[in-house]
Amino acid sequence: MTIKRVKFTSGLKLPENKVTEHMPVARLELPSKVILPLQQHFGQQCNLLVKKGEKVRTGQLIADSDSFISAPIHSTITGVVSSVFKMINPLANSIVDAAEITASEEEELDFQSVNPVLEDIRKELGSLRENGEIENYLSGKIKELFDKINSIENEEIIASIKNAGIVGLGGAAFPTHVKLRPPEDKKIDSIIINGCECEPYITADHRIMLEYGMQMLIGAYIFYKVLNPEKVYIAIEDNKEDAIINIDSLIAKSGLADNFCVVSLKSKYPMGAEKTLIKNVLKRKVPMGGLPMDVGVVVNNVGTCKAACDAILKGQPLIEKIISVTGAVANPGNFIVRIGTPVSEILKCCGEFRSEIREIILGGPMMGNDINEENFPVTKAVNCILIKKGLPRNEGNCIRCGRCVNICPMNLLPLNYVNFVKNSKFEMCKEYYISSCIECGSCAYVCPSAIPIVAYIKTGKSILAGK
Amino acid sequence: MNGTNKENITENNAENNVLDDSKVSDTTVGAAKDNIIVRDNNFISQSPHIWRGISSAKIMYIFLASLIFPSVAAVYFFGLRAFWVMLASTATAVLVELIIKKARKKRFKMDGSALITGLLLALTLPPRIPIWMVVIGAAFSIALAKEVFGGLGHNIFNPALAGRAFLAICFPTFMTQWYLPGNYGVDAVTSASPLSENFIFQGTNMALYRDMFFGNTAGSIGETSAMLIILAGILLIAFRIIDWKIPLVYVATVVIMSLIFGEDILFQVMAGGLLFGAVFMATDYVTSPVTGLGRIIFAVGCGLITFLIRRFGAMPEGVCFSILVMNGFTPLIDRYIRPKPFGYMKPQKAKQAK
Repeated sequence: MTIKRVKFTSGLKLPENKVTEHMPVARLELPSKVILPLQQHFGQQCNLLVKKGEKVRTGQLIADSDSFISAPIHSTITGVVSSVFKMINPLANSIVDAAEITASEEEELDFQSVNPVLEDIRKELGSLRENGEIENYLSGKIKELFDKINSIENEEIIASIKNAGIVGLGGAAFPTHVKLRPPEDKKIDSIIINGCECEPYITADHRIMLEYGMQMLIGAYIFYKVLNPEKVYIAIEDNKEDAIINIDSLIAKSGLADNFCVVSLKSKYPMGAEKTLIKNVLKRKVPMGGLPMDVGVVVNNVGTCKAACDAILKGQPLIEKIISVTGAVANPGNFIVRIGTPVSEILKCCGEFRSEIREIILGGPMMGNDINEENFPVTKAVNCILIKKGLPRNEGNCIRCGRCVNICPMNLLPLNYVNFVKNSKFEMCKEYYISSCIECGSCAYVCPSAIPIVAYIKTGKSILAGK
Repeated sequence: MNGTNKENITENNAENNVLDDSKVSDTTVGAAKDNIIVRDNNFISQSPHIWRGISSAKIMYIFLASLIFPSVAAVYFFGLRAFWVMLASTATAVLVELIIKKARKKRFKMDGSALITGLLLALTLPPRIPIWMVVIGAAFSIALAKEVFGGLGHNIFNPALAGRAFLAICFPTFMTQWYLPGNYGVDAVTSASPLSENFIFQGTNMALYRDMFFGNTAGSIGETSAMLIILAGILLIAFRIIDWKIPLVYVATVVIMSLIFGEDILFQVMAGGLLFGAVFMATDYVTSPVTGLGRIIFAVGCGLITFLIRRFGAMPEGVCFSILVMNGFTPLIDRYIRPKPFGYMKPQKAKQAK
């Protein structure tokens, strides 16, 4: 009913290349094996709870940690733990333990129990196969469902979300339960549901909002119930007009129009970055080094909302997610894949065009990591697999044109970091607030000398962290 | 620690080193060796994986294209002689850069910057300057004002202006002999430039403004036509090659100073090399500040010094030296004018908030 439209925003206009925009989400076959790194989130690495050779079922807890900022890991298929080894975690540039699980024939589910009041809904959902049916069923029962959710204790909801291993699925993989438990002196008055998806190529969140709109909204309602803010904003970029209309009508249908509203934002990069998003939606600035909580806001991705809905209604831990597979593949599309599925198995289904110089990028083209290795698994933080021809860089001298300074969403001076890092002046990096950099890549994208500024900044940051 | 860091960075693949770390294979558990994520080649590309594709060379060539306007005006008003000056200057500039790169065993890249320096220098010279002087000036610009500092991106002073300043100091008589346009032959009429003390114009003010606007006046070969320079400036701003702040603030400062000291505003703006300097010289990326506020300070400084030299200095024109002086201030401006990062709080305030 009420779509708030934000007209004037700064940022970078990128070629969108969202070719998979109109492709419905398809379910991929179960993989023959999965590789599960024991740290797929921001925070402490988990300890493995199973042994090599042990049989595990789908959804069974296999790794956990005592630390508050951490999220447990579940087995995503039924099978046998075939090996435990170490691998590189591109998320944190560190080496982590990982478990490999080889699938067995039959799939057995080991889901969490749900609250007794939701038990009948879980049973009925279990009998539904098609996603469309689930959506219809949920929207038919939406009022009753909200009442039932309201009757559950907050603590229980937070515990279920923690036990389901839910992390922010937008890319940063921050454990969601931490966001749901703000310190007492911080009053949360707004929740922003992030459906911007400002990176080119990726369309996973777009499809979630179109096909899983009701489940996403229930997830958002769960967060709303726990945090009890005044308003929930669902922020969507205006290149996804169909999603804006769909979510708006769903809000009206479920009678949430008083507290929920859709915010349409201009399609500019990096709109989906937490800090720029809060600035554009609420005109608030998150203080340097602070969290959105400091200005009374919690931001969650639409994928996280859907995962929360699955966890509360079905007791299903975070074992699958929707990703886009796009770029130089024969059959691009949006797929539901089990977490831990090796990229090679996904590419087999999508028919990759092989060439000598190619990049396999996990994530979008602006912030994603080139892995260049097909055995790598899809982790919780991955929302896109992009196959691209490698970008040849002829790094030139900085001509001090100031384009990086103009474009930086964090108001930094990116050109200086390049100089400082080249000359090992890491203390100067700190003086120029290198930690404020969100590594969005805008500076390197516009740089006429093709300097990989972000790479220099990452180097500077990791050396400073190591000192 | 420092030594190893440096190695990482000079190789520009610090992250690769993590991936190539031999520890990875040492800690492998038996049979799982196949699963180890080790790459077979060393190439890993860094984010972002897309690039806008506007390269430095492209920017230089668009800038060069905009210089066609004053160049055409130069040939139109001062004849073929102007063309030879421009050719000698650009050819020398490119040649000297090539020689120096070869001597230093560096890769020579035709990025258009030497062409720009050469052409800019030529456009600021008087029409009848001997060609050998042009060659010396261009060679000085490239060799001693640019390459000595480390080449493109490292020079402190605008190379073209440095070359011009060098010639003005070495050969003051030649550098201040101005001619009226239209007299190409040996009997060319010498004339004072409009800014000189002995400049006399017979006619109405309107006629003077008209001549200066179209370029029919004595001066350096490229600086006389205000109209074409303004046109080129508008195009450069529209294509986002130069920042509008520098030329606009520069000219505005001179206008305000003229108002204060009761000078003729239109005359001050169109006379001499002010417009040419504001559009093509002060906007040079390498020698101007990078921040918006820094650029405004830079432009105000240029405007003030230009006006002070014109009004109180010994020389009739001050654009060249004002920009050179402000070039010298650029590192200082960039050191102290820094934008506040997103969400910045003053240290005491941040303490209170916590």
